[in-house]
Amino acid sequence: MKVLRSINITIRRREHVPRIFELLIPVCSAVVGLVVCALIFLLQGIDPIYAYSEIYRYSLGGPIQVSNVIRVMIPLILCATGLILVFRAGVWNIGAEGQILIGAIVATGVALFVLQGNTNSALFIFSMITLGFIFGGLWALIPAILKAKLDVNEIITTLMMNYIAAYILQYLVYGPWKGKKTFGFPITDEIPPQAHFPLIPGTLIHIPTLILAICSIVFVFFVMTQTTLGYEIKVFGSNPDAAKYAGISKTKVILITMFISGGLAGVAGAGEIGGVHHRLIYNPWSISANYGFTAIIVAFLARLNPIGIIPAAFLMAILIVGTRALQITFNLPVGVINVFNGSILITMVSMEFFRHYRIVIRRSE
Amino acid sequence: MCENYEVAVLMKNITKRFHNIVANDRITFDVKVGEIHALLGENGAGKTTLMNILFGHYRPDEGEIYVYGRKVKISCPRDAIKLGIMMIHQHPLLVENLSVLENIALLYGIHDSLGLLLSPRKLRDKLTDMIEKYNLKIDLDAKVWQLSASQKQQVELLKALVYDSKILILDEPTSILTPIEKEWLFSFIRKMKRDGKSVIFITHKLEEAISISDRITVLRRGRVVGTLNSSETSVQELARLMIGEEGLRNERIVSIQKRADGDLDNKRIVLEVSDLSVLDDRGSPAVRGVSFEVYEGEIFGIIGVSGNGQTELVEAITGLRKVQKGRIRIDSQDVTNRGPRYIQSLGVAHIPEHRIKHGIVSELSVAENLVLKVYRKPPFCKGPYLNSKEISRWARELISEFSIVTPNEKIPVGQLSGGNIQRVIVAREVSMKPKLLIAAYPTHGLDIAATRFVREILKSEKDRGCAVLLVSNDIDEVLELCDRIAVMYEGRILKIISAEEATKEKIGLLMSGVDTIEGAQIDQHYH
Amino acid sequence: MSIEATIVSILRSIIYISTPILLATLGEIYAERSGVLNLGIEGIMSMGAVCAFIITFTTGNPLLGVLISLIVGAILAFIHAFVSASLNANQVVSGLALAMFGLGLSSTIGQRYVGEVLRNYLKPVPVPVLSQIPIIGPAFFVQDIIVYMSYVLVVVLWFILFKTRWGLYIRAVGENPYTADAMGVNVIFVRYVCVILGGALAGLGGAYITLAYMPTWIEGITMGKGWIAIALVILAMWDPLKGFLATYFFCGVMVVAIRVQVFGANPYIINSIPYIATIIVMILGASETLRRRIGAPAALCKPFIREERAL
Repeated sequence: MKVLRSINITIRRREHVPRIFELLIPVCSAVVGLVVCALIFLLQGIDPIYAYSEIYRYSLGGPIQVSNVIRVMIPLILCATGLILVFRAGVWNIGAEGQILIGAIVATGVALFVLQGNTNSALFIFSMITLGFIFGGLWALIPAILKAKLDVNEIITTLMMNYIAAYILQYLVYGPWKGKKTFGFPITDEIPPQAHFPLIPGTLIHIPTLILAICSIVFVFFVMTQTTLGYEIKVFGSNPDAAKYAGISKTKVILITMFISGGLAGVAGAGEIGGVHHRLIYNPWSISANYGFTAIIVAFLARLNPIGIIPAAFLMAILIVGTRALQITFNLPVGVINVFNGSILITMVSMEFFRHYRIVIRRSE
Repeated sequence: MCENYEVAVLMKNITKRFHNIVANDRITFDVKVGEIHALLGENGAGKTTLMNILFGHYRPDEGEIYVYGRKVKISCPRDAIKLGIMMIHQHPLLVENLSVLENIALLYGIHDSLGLLLSPRKLRDKLTDMIEKYNLKIDLDAKVWQLSASQKQQVELLKALVYDSKILILDEPTSILTPIEKEWLFSFIRKMKRDGKSVIFITHKLEEAISISDRITVLRRGRVVGTLNSSETSVQELARLMIGEEGLRNERIVSIQKRADGDLDNKRIVLEVSDLSVLDDRGSPAVRGVSFEVYEGEIFGIIGVSGNGQTELVEAITGLRKVQKGRIRIDSQDVTNRGPRYIQSLGVAHIPEHRIKHGIVSELSVAENLVLKVYRKPPFCKGPYLNSKEISRWARELISEFSIVTPNEKIPVGQLSGGNIQRVIVAREVSMKPKLLIAAYPTHGLDIAATRFVREILKSEKDRGCAVLLVSNDIDEVLELCDRIAVMYEGRILKIISAEEATKEKIGLLMSGVDTIEGAQIDQHYH
Repeated sequence: MSIEATIVSILRSIIYISTPILLATLGEIYAERSGVLNLGIEGIMSMGAVCAFIITFTTGNPLLGVLISLIVGAILAFIHAFVSASLNANQVVSGLALAMFGLGLSSTIGQRYVGEVLRNYLKPVPVPVLSQIPIIGPAFFVQDIIVYMSYVLVVVLWFILFKTRWGLYIRAVGENPYTADAMGVNVIFVRYVCVILGGALAGLGGAYITLAYMPTWIEGITMGKGWIAIALVILAMWDPLKGFLATYFFCGVMVVAIRVQVFGANPYIINSIPYIATIIVMILGASETLRRRIGAPAALCKPFIREERAL
């Protein structure tokens, strides 16, 4: 009789998931993302080590650069904390990009047209942020209501609404809101100086939004661990059937989380207007700057845990600031960061497999 | 070719472990050609696991399988089917959205080459012949989801016929059947035996095993405890083997226990259901004009073959499903079509039918699961804030009170065993001190200790004065626990009988739609 | 312009806009029928578009461009198939990642070609006889090879899905992979094939954009067509024939709206029509599924995990 020896590989579900994966997955994903990008750089004839050293130089090379990174972290944190809430509730809000734009539009509108002639800076800042929050939230409520009431897939609707928001912005800057002092350029007038958000001296970091960003982390952490709402979000997100059985309202969870998430993205948008651009410009994506999509990665890198938001946002902000520099140095498009984003996300979801399964290799006859 | 062998299947020293649980422990089992062999055991004894190994769903960790004397390796069901083995599962292996014909064509390439195109004339002719020959009632072009449970079973039988399977495995085939359908199935099985086929019949019902089989193999906790000739054994002997001496003794004590006297006149009505009609997921009537009352301090049983509207009835009462017609009152308050939260607030607890799907959130901790119904009540929350300290304290209390086996209250509840998950649910529901406790199949799939535990809890709730609505398909359970028993059939309550006048036979007949008292058959028709 | 010529030109613009969306929709129908949602279509299309452009630009042979778009689409979809069918990962995240990756990579490798124009793009080839039919002929049968492929694919893919055993396997896998597996259908393999086919078709759709529709390369040339395709799959009720009707109807409404200037000449409102329309389609599709739950593959987005399995 012929005896064949072979190696038998089976995949088994882990009974207990090692906690180390909570750290391992984000770190490995980031490394893979960097390696893939390095390959892309090579493909383009760019020395990856030189490219990364340039990224480092432009993002962490000095206090100005670091303050730039922090400035980029603000919208990322605001959006990502909101996304943690919705993702924990099992709702896929892919529309933070558009919600940022709505916040930016509303903030500009308020500063330019509603509070005209007012001199109280605090009033400007307060109303820009508040209305940015409310309208960003309302914008997110549209897909939320469609999902809660009609079971319409929110992934596609939130995505589509990004484009709609962008066209609304373009319509405004090319049409009714086109500036009177802009020599015909499709941009709005600059908002009055009293509407500019105060900066940390010597940097470009806008203070009100920075504070709100930090507050949002604390807020989401608090909501998820200390409140009945957070409990309901966790139950609904993990098992909607059990949530129904326990009498938790699906509509309430979806609407509240989406409103807060959209609202925080709206605040980020208001911050970009009040703290960075001071006006709307014809290219909507240069205002939202992919922050809404990058925030998805920040939220996942943080493993939907508010505590992880700061390191995750820091890493992504470095890359954003760094690759902006690459555009100039190596003539690379803005889109290059999406290669990193994509590969980091794919690695992250793939590694979930190894979190849940282990591979058993044994010899068999 | 099979005439040369007397033994159709031999499974030798089969061991199968899931994680650290040994589901099959060195089992040796054989089936002869032309034999009906019952595989008897309690839920969780390892019967289905063993047959899933034979059918290729699982691979044994150790042991060998011989089919007609030849050693075989079965790595997927398709291999098994090629060897002439067919398993009829409790949950039929059918694609709901395909037609009967398409479902059968999925496999058809094994013996006959079908070609690339689906030109099922040849297949259709063959199937039509089979349907006529064996008197099946199936429309080949119907989508599977349109069929009743027993029709789906017939489709699976039809598959076995069309592939000319020589070894047929039936997994608890009678649990979804009425007695009349059961008779039909038994005669079908005997016909297969006459044709020289071997049948393996998985069951936990003792009488059934004796009446249909030639030999019986009894499994207990993953081990074979005996193989007997059906003609030489008795229900008592089988029960002793199946449950073990110790289990049986306790069983007697339980059954001797006196029931509380059932004078309902002085008692308060807690749940009143009148003329209730409810639709199922597909929009066809599931509950048709049901009326009954449940009093404080009684256990009211609803028994019937699964799928006769019990699930929808419970969901309507607990607010999980829309009521189409009729009224539900709890403590004389109208709760028809009120949400689950409102109904809970009136003191209604619910042990759900699907405990993993509805009853718990596997990823959340034991403590978090224990407050699923009370987290929004003080002291577990103060306004919008949770009081985690109080939640942990409460959880530890319940864990010890209800002897839930868990390292601590912080681990995810999904890591507990099935029996302990049910303890978590029962603890949560009972600790609400409900006025009305609705328990749907609360002991289904539990081991003896957990079953006994749940039944004791139901009794003590009744003694406390709670109204208990028990939905079950286990006649023994209902007879043991209930004061009054309602039999549900095709969405209606056929009769409500008191415990004194209830007998197994009477309930069994009612479950199949036959009312013996009137001497008339309420519904002769079956599919 | 005569009325006849106007109708022909309107029909031709509908075909221009429809073809890439139709190809992506057909591919996505197959992926979803097998139970895999591929949200990466936009990225795959973009990669198909840029690779087809670069190859055609450097070799001067548009057919090579077509070929490379199919290959690139298949490779990218393979990643998604591996991650979602073999690693059981979250298909939404994986698809989104692929969309980002494809968009990012296409803009990176296309950077050098921005603004270049193809001289050898795909030229229309009239079909003998058929092109002589008035109106229909010049509209539908004086087209390039990719358009003809889309016509053929509609019928062939429909036939395979509903009239052959392969199609039966695909539908079974998307409905109930566990049963299909038990019946000996290789679930993972079927999912790979469907997802890769879907990716190849999305890549081809991308190639149509740069090789026929607009023979140039700019970043974001796909303009959300991939996302629209995903929404149209729902309107098509996962049926290639209905997919054809849905796409042409959808694009027809858009083209007519632009031509007739329903919304005046405001380009921003017109540009947002596809996105608004997609949401409306989703709402209609949702209420449709509410009415009769049957239609969507039951196992869509659900990973297939056997109790235990061997590699």
